[in-house]
Amino acid sequence: MAEPAIEVRSLTKRFGDFVAVDAVSFEVERGRIFGFLGANGAGKSTTIRMLCGLLDPTSGAATVGGHDIRREPERVKRAIGYMSQRFSLYGDLTVAENIGFFGGAYGLSRRALAERLPWVLGLAGLVGRERSLTRTLSVGWKQRLALGCAVLHEPRIVFLDEPTGGVDPASRRRFWELINGLSERGITVFVTTHYLDEAEYCNDIRLIHAGRIVAGGSPRELKTSVIRNPILEVACDRIVEALEILQKEPWVLETSIFGMSLHISVEDEEEGRRLIAARLGREGIAVHRADRIMPSLEDVFIHKIEEQAGTGEAGEARP
Amino acid sequence: MRAVLSIVWKEFVQLRRDPRLFPVLFVSPVLQILLLGYAANLDVREIPSVVCDLDRSAASRAFLDEFVNSGYFTVRARPERMADIDPYIDGGRAALAVVVPRGFGDKLAGSKPASVLIIADGSESQTATIGVNYATSIANRRAQRIVFDRLERVRGPGPKPALVKAEVRVWYNPELRSRNFMIPAILGLVLMIMTITLASMGIVREKEAGTMEQLIVTPIRPYQLIAGKLLPFTLIGLVEAGFVIAVARLWFGTPLRGSLALLFLMCLAFMLNTLAMGLFVSTVSRSQQQAMFTTIFLVMPMILLGGFVFPVENMPPLFQLVSRAVPTRYFFVAIRGIMLRGAGWPELWPQAAALLILGTALFALSVLRFRKKLD
Ligand SMILES: Nc1ncnc2c1ncn2[C@@H]1O[C@H](COP(=O)(O)OP(=O)(O)O)[C@@H](O)[C@H]1O
Ligand SMILES: [Mg+2]
Repeated sequence: MAEPAIEVRSLTKRFGDFVAVDAVSFEVERGRIFGFLGANGAGKSTTIRMLCGLLDPTSGAATVGGHDIRREPERVKRAIGYMSQRFSLYGDLTVAENIGFFGGAYGLSRRALAERLPWVLGLAGLVGRERSLTRTLSVGWKQRLALGCAVLHEPRIVFLDEPTGGVDPASRRRFWELINGLSERGITVFVTTHYLDEAEYCNDIRLIHAGRIVAGGSPRELKTSVIRNPILEVACDRIVEALEILQKEPWVLETSIFGMSLHISVEDEEEGRRLIAARLGREGIAVHRADRIMPSLEDVFIHKIEEQAGTGEAGEARP
Repeated sequence: MRAVLSIVWKEFVQLRRDPRLFPVLFVSPVLQILLLGYAANLDVREIPSVVCDLDRSAASRAFLDEFVNSGYFTVRARPERMADIDPYIDGGRAALAVVVPRGFGDKLAGSKPASVLIIADGSESQTATIGVNYATSIANRRAQRIVFDRLERVRGPGPKPALVKAEVRVWYNPELRSRNFMIPAILGLVLMIMTITLASMGIVREKEAGTMEQLIVTPIRPYQLIAGKLLPFTLIGLVEAGFVIAVARLWFGTPLRGSLALLFLMCLAFMLNTLAMGLFVSTVSRSQQQAMFTTIFLVMPMILLGGFVFPVENMPPLFQLVSRAVPTRYFFVAIRGIMLRGAGWPELWPQAAALLILGTALFALSVLRFRKKLD
C-alpha cells in the first residue's frame, strides 16, 4: 500500500490545563474523503490547525503528504490547501482579486493563474461575478469561492473545516458534490462536520468526542460492526407518548425519534416487534409498521457516545 | 518576490477601498499640525499681573510704568496692601505680582540699594520663569540707568562712560518663535503615530478578520509577509511627510533651510523604527483595540523622552540615558537641524547612524517575535 496521505500518532494539544485534543491517532489513505465528525468543541478545528501548521502540537507526531508537521511545516504548506471554519477571504476584494491574490501568495505564475482563474470560477459557480465584492456574496457562494481558493495551486491534500456550517441543505448537497469531484481528481480530502448525516458522503470516518476518537471506519463498517442489536423503525400514533412508554421497558435497549417514527433497539427482532405491538396496544396506540432497518450513522454515534459517557445526554451530538 | 508584490498590490487595493483612508491620511495630519502649531506656542506675552506700590514716590511710579509698558504684562489690579495680592495669585487671576516696598524712593535718593519684590505662581512654571526673567531684566535696566544718570551728575561734563549692555542674539530662530521649533517635531509626531498605527492595525485587522489564518497556511515566508505589509506604509509615510512639510511651509511659513532629499532620507530612517514598533505592537495584540492602547503606551514616552517639548539636556541624567534608546530623540534633532539651521550630512550623520542602528535592532526584535502561527 502506498504511503498514507496523512499519518497521525498520539497527537495532543493542551490549552493550559485543558486538553482539547487527546492523543489521537489515525491514517488517511490517498485520494479518499476522510470525515472528522464531532459536536462543537470536540477538537476538530484544533486537530486540523495542528496538521496545517497553524498551531504547534503539545505532543505527538504527524506527517502530511509525507512531511513532518514539526520539522517541515513549510513543505506541508506547499502540499495542502486549507479552508478555515470562519470565512477568511478578503471581503473588500472582488472575487477575481481574491483569486489573484492567493494565486500570487502560492507563487503561481501569471500564465498559470490565467489558466486556473476560469476553472476556479467555474467550480464556485461565480462566472460573471468576478467583479463583485466578496463580502456581498451569500454564505454558500463564499464557501465555494473559499474552496476554489484553497485548491487554486492544485494541492494533493485539502483540509476543509466545517465547509457546510451555516449553509442551507441544498447548498450543502452541492458542496458535497464539489468535494466528490475533488476526490475523483485524486485529491485527498480531510473534512470536518458536525452534521452526522454528512458522514454518509465520506469514505472513512472518525468520530471525535471531547478530544478523543471514539469510533472509526467506513460508514458500512460502522453500521454493521458497532451495533449488533437490531433496530426497529416503528411508525405509530402519538409517538412522543409511545417513546416515553417504551423507554421504561427493560427489554428496550435504546430509543430515539427520527422524523415521524421511532428507532427502538431490542435484543431480538421478532420478539421485539411482538412486545412493542402488545405494549403500545394496551395504551390504545396503533402500530402501523415496525421494520428492521440498517442503523444510521446517527444511531451508531449516539450509541458510541452513550457508551463512552455511561448514560444518555448524547442527544447534543445530533444536528 | 511575486509573493511580496501580491501582498503590496492587495494592500493598495484595500487601502483604496477603505473609506477611512482619506480622512486618516490627509485630514488628521492637517488637524494635528494646525492644532499643535497654534497651541504649541511657548512664547509668553501678556502675563496677567498685579502691581502694588507701597512707596507711592516718583521713583516707584517711574519703575512701575516701565514694567507696565513693557508689553509682557497686563495689569489686572493695583491693590493697596500686600495682603490683597494673595487672592489674585491663589485664584489664578494673576501669575505674577510686583511689590515696591515703602522707602524705595528714599533709598534710591540716598544711593542705598533698593529692592522690589516679585511674587510668581510657580505652578505655571513656564510662565513664572519667563515672567520673572522679564521682570528682572526690567529692574536691572532701570538700575543701570539710575547708576549712569548718577555717574553723569557726579562727574559733570566729560566723556560719557560706555554703556555696557549685554545683548542676547538668537540665531536660527531669530524671532525666537517657538512655533518654528515645534513644527518640525510635529512632522515627526504625525509620521510616528501614522506609521505605528497603520502597521499595527494592518496586521491585527487580519488576525481579527481571520484572513491571517489563511495567509499563514500559504508558503509565504514571514519576512515576505512583513515586507509586503510594511512597504505600502513606507510609501504612504513618505507621501505624508511631503504633505506635512508643504503645510508647514505654506501655512506657517516654517523655513526649510536644508536639503529636502536629506530630510526624506531621515524620514525613511525614522520610519524603520516606527514601522518596527508597529510590527511589534501587532505581535502583542489580538484586537485592534489592544493595538491602539499599546500604541498610545509606546508613543507617550517617545514624545516626552524624545525632547518634543522639554529639551533632552534639561532632563535628569537617568532620563537622558533612557532617551538614548528613543528614536524620536535623534529624529527631532535631525529634522529641526535640517529645517531651521540648514544642517547637512556632516552635522547629522550621528543622528542618521543612531536611527539606523536603533531601527535595525527594533526590527530584528519584532521579526523574531513575529511567528507564522496562530498563538
Ligand atoms: N486558543 C484556544 N485557547 C483555549 N482553548 C481553546 C483554544 N482553541 C480551542 N479551544 C478549546 O478547545 C476545544 C476544542 O475546540 P475546537 O477544536 O475549535 O472544536 P471544534 O472545531 O470541534 O468545534 C473547545 O473547548 C475550545 O473552547
Ligand atoms: Mg471547529
